[in-house]
Amino acid sequence: MDEGLKSELSKQGVVATNLQELYNWGRRNSIWPLNFGLACCAIEMIASTMARYDMARFGAEVFRPSPRQADLMIVAGTITKKMAPQVVRLYNQMPEPKYVISMGACAISGGPFKQGYNVLKGIDRYIPVDIYIPGCPPRPEALIDALMALQRKIDAQQLTGDSRPRHLNADEPSEFTVPKFGAHDLEPPQNPVVWHAPLVQIALAEDDDSGTA
Amino acid sequence: MKPDSYLPIVILLLGAVGFAVTPLALAWLWAKNFSPSKPGHDKNSIYECGLESTGDSWVQFNPGYYLYAIIFLVFDVEVVFLLPFATAFTGFGIGECLAMLVFILLLIEGLAWAYQKKVLTWT
Repeated sequence: MDEGLKSELSKQGVVATNLQELYNWGRRNSIWPLNFGLACCAIEMIASTMARYDMARFGAEVFRPSPRQADLMIVAGTITKKMAPQVVRLYNQMPEPKYVISMGACAISGGPFKQGYNVLKGIDRYIPVDIYIPGCPPRPEALIDALMALQRKIDAQQLTGDSRPRHLNADEPSEFTVPKFGAHDLEPPQNPVVWHAPLVQIALAEDDDSGTA
Repeated sequence: MKPDSYLPIVILLLGAVGFAVTPLALAWLWAKNFSPSKPGHDKNSIYECGLESTGDSWVQFNPGYYLYAIIFLVFDVEVVFLLPFATAFTGFGIGECLAMLVFILLLIEGLAWAYQKKVLTWT
């Protein structure tokens, strides 16, 4: 339907919509996060749900204590290698459609603890992340901005066709490999389905292509 | 009573059933048309604390508490009725006395059953 006509109709109090828009409208305004904090970022996550920042304005205040009822996993904090299998398992137990916000430097890359032997260098090694928020910790405004970005992402999702999201595609997996404790590191150290080592595009000399793919 | 006087109840019943069934049917249709079911090992596991689930959700609980409930009932009911018996005891005729004794005997029978089942021992 023509956007101009739709806007004109809405001014007259007539709402025109289709099934996909209705579906996305419902989903984006009722994102229920998993009640789940890992480190100090969780304090900011809690603050963003309270009266001062009030995440309830976006329909996302219902923090569920069970992954079976949650749509969104906010990975808020440092993921130790001891905790990583639990995070992935909780993600696997969430019903589709499910989304992940990687909150803060630690959840993105290990942050200030990246050199630690016990720290996972980013949750995106095991599960697909939708929104990254930088910061150490990110302020509640940043989390709300991430939530709004996620809402825009949900709004743009197609119900049918090849570009439809994972949860509508029967061929794409809903569960991801849960790492196990190995002798020196988690096994596997990353899930190749969702993560590849970033390639550095630097040529040191004219004929040196060691850093390129 | 006219037979059509039940019509409002039938309409309300249909409304109530429709209210419950329609969302379920719509969800079923939606899942069938758009959203494929994706069960898996983790998703179907019985607990959701993040750790690997062990065992079965069909565990047996010890139902021994019902014995205590029955014995409590025996003594509780006995006390409730013995008090009025005691206050009216001198005015009883032979009929009331027999009725009272039958009642107490029934309760004593319950106590004897519990004693025979050895639920009164504390070990």
